[in-house]
Amino acid sequence: MRNLFASGHRGCAGCCNAMAAKFTLMAAGEDCIIVSPTGCLEVMTTPYPESSWGVPWIHSLFENAAAVASGVEAALKALGKDEKTKVLVIGGDGSTIDIGMRSISGAFERGHDITYVCVDNEAYMNTGVQRSGGTPFDASTTTSPAGRVSFGNPRPKKNMPAIIVAHGSPYVATASLAYPNDMIRKVRAAIDTKGPTYVHVHSPCTTGWGFDTSKTVEVARLAFETAMWPLYEIENGRMTKVNKIKEQKPVEEYLRIQRRFKHLFTMEGGDEEIKKIQHIADQNVLEFGLIE
Amino acid sequence: MISTRKIAKEKMKVVEGSYAVAHAVKVCRPNVISAYPITPQTHIVEDLSQFMADGEIPNCEYINVESEFSAISALVGASAAGARTYSATTSQGLELMHEVLFNVSGMRLPMVMTVANRAVSAPINIWNDQQDSISQRDTGWIQMHAEDPQEAADMVAQSYRISEDRDVLLPVMPCMDAFVLSHVYEPLVLLEQDLVEEYLPPFEPEFVLDPKNPRTFGAFADPSIYTEFRYLQAKAMDKALLKIEEAANEFNEVFGRYYGGLIDEYEKEDAEIVIVAMGSIIGTVKDVIDKLRSKGEKVGLLKVRSFRPFPIEAIRKNLKDAKVIVALDKNISMGLNEGALCTEIKACLYNTDINAPVIGFMIGHGGRDVPPSTINYIIDQARNVMSLGITVESQFTDVKEEMI
Amino acid sequence: MTILPGGVCEPRSTLGNKTGGWRTYRPIFDYDKCIKCKLCELLCPDMAVLPKDDGFFEIDYDFCKGCGICANECPKDAIEMVLEEK
Repeated sequence: MRNLFASGHRGCAGCCNAMAAKFTLMAAGEDCIIVSPTGCLEVMTTPYPESSWGVPWIHSLFENAAAVASGVEAALKALGKDEKTKVLVIGGDGSTIDIGMRSISGAFERGHDITYVCVDNEAYMNTGVQRSGGTPFDASTTTSPAGRVSFGNPRPKKNMPAIIVAHGSPYVATASLAYPNDMIRKVRAAIDTKGPTYVHVHSPCTTGWGFDTSKTVEVARLAFETAMWPLYEIENGRMTKVNKIKEQKPVEEYLRIQRRFKHLFTMEGGDEEIKKIQHIADQNVLEFGLIE
Repeated sequence: MISTRKIAKEKMKVVEGSYAVAHAVKVCRPNVISAYPITPQTHIVEDLSQFMADGEIPNCEYINVESEFSAISALVGASAAGARTYSATTSQGLELMHEVLFNVSGMRLPMVMTVANRAVSAPINIWNDQQDSISQRDTGWIQMHAEDPQEAADMVAQSYRISEDRDVLLPVMPCMDAFVLSHVYEPLVLLEQDLVEEYLPPFEPEFVLDPKNPRTFGAFADPSIYTEFRYLQAKAMDKALLKIEEAANEFNEVFGRYYGGLIDEYEKEDAEIVIVAMGSIIGTVKDVIDKLRSKGEKVGLLKVRSFRPFPIEAIRKNLKDAKVIVALDKNISMGLNEGALCTEIKACLYNTDINAPVIGFMIGHGGRDVPPSTINYIIDQARNVMSLGITVESQFTDVKEEMI
Repeated sequence: MTILPGGVCEPRSTLGNKTGGWRTYRPIFDYDKCIKCKLCELLCPDMAVLPKDDGFFEIDYDFCKGCGICANECPKDAIEMVLEEK
């Protein structure tokens, strides 16, 4: 199959956004329209006059992708083109969890037939790794740096999938770049479900998280295997599928290979912080029933 | 050409200004309408929602968005997907849209959004002035000001013509004064469906979001190309000058009503004092001029219909024989402490042979009534300038000194 | 180049931007070890792993940025990252 997402984009070597976009388009096929908010994906794929997109694509602003998608969907309906052409948003965590929240809430409440794919790399990478509502507890970013009296970001990740579930979305799933086939299946399921649907993709960023470019998939896999990123599907408010972990790995294995958590292994009191993170993972195991 | 109206009494109905506008939108056959309530534009979108509920607008989706920011954002997507789009807003809602306004014009997306001009907070105030749209003058929207409800309604159809013209492709903001025009009941002609179809061709954009021809919209431009984008937008504004005139002329041919194109004038022939104004105050000024003319006083009016693009050449030509020029502004640029129209008129006369003094009066802030006595006072001041020269270049009117 | 209204771009036009020059390490296939599982093709963020007629794959060095995900994830260690020499 011809790639609908073309080479020549300016994403970093090992870029998570490129992988997420590629997998999303593998799921969506040619007959779709993509809306992207401002962010790495937008900048790296559309430096005028070039575009990496093989499907119709539109960028407007940072905080309004869901509203723009609402308008695209409404236009397709009005013009009688909505039966075959699907409308998707592919946006980062900042534009989804933080600044775009209002327009997402509106679009999901109104029930537009759109699929929203959040490529969550847990900080504002395009502007230089600033903290977002998606940044995990104790991660060091350029606006939540670790320092003599700080272990980094003091708050846990905002639970965006739960917020979308609360809007009555008929299909909400979490996915991971470590499991592309699982992700592609979920994006397809989201597209095939009528109404506003949501797939939240855990997307390790080599540049922002500080790991070797070859380890994007490995880090994503460790997030799942340590229970830091549970994979599940919620249909009409009910948990319908949970990807089980064979053997839960300690969170140190996930944290140790990332620069953003390095301070936990060098600072006094870091052990206690790692225990708190282990507790977050263990709570995930209990909440989602992650172990066989 | 000066404004003319064929009065077709048998066709007239007494309706609210907002209804006339909503009806005009309906017969222009929009495909996507977005709406968010804010006084005093609400009646327009309420009337449109009733048309929808009664099945009177075919092939149209009406979106009740969660904010003005999304109202205009939804239309970005809809317009790019090939839909004819409409929304209406005012004041805080328009200010909330600010970022998106630049985006719409920069992406060269046709769109029509009525603004029911209202004051801005703080203090919060829901009544009429024009601070809201004037504050958006650099966003790249075409801004037109209507004098009365009939013109506000007719301006909707003209706006689509202008906006969708391939030489223009810029969004249009037809402005009508809050309450004074939006909530007033007047006898007027509702736009006829068959005549609108004759006047307004279907919206067939060259580039749309289409899987069969999968183009990219909204790419970023680096320093090597951004200047050219701005240049092209400015050129489109230049081209709009002619298109606004054409839209008005052809509207006159089809409907028999003409309000001026870029500008209009009243009793201008030998006028020594010329009042320059926009919007509903025009009616009051005309009444005052009628009385003064009956006493033989040489007072006339220049109505600015298009504030953006600003019709520099037309205004220069129109004002070349004036002795004193008076700009009326329902807005103020704080710190410069004069209204936008005053500033623009001065700027466009500078570097010309026209040496008439220009003075400005800021009137009607936050819905303060502007009675004929205020206009008379202003004209008295202009007379003084004619004999004594300028003493105060720009000033408020009707300030309650005892409260300051 | 003439700017289209609003800056509309043609699809897949970054194909003119060869990113191979970014590369520090070059992936090399060992076809004796390759089991044609397609994982490298699937994961490549630069769409630079191309299928060959015989079912094996080759690297499109015009675009490969040398991230090494293919080598890191290959279940048979059939891809080696070799330092570019120029």
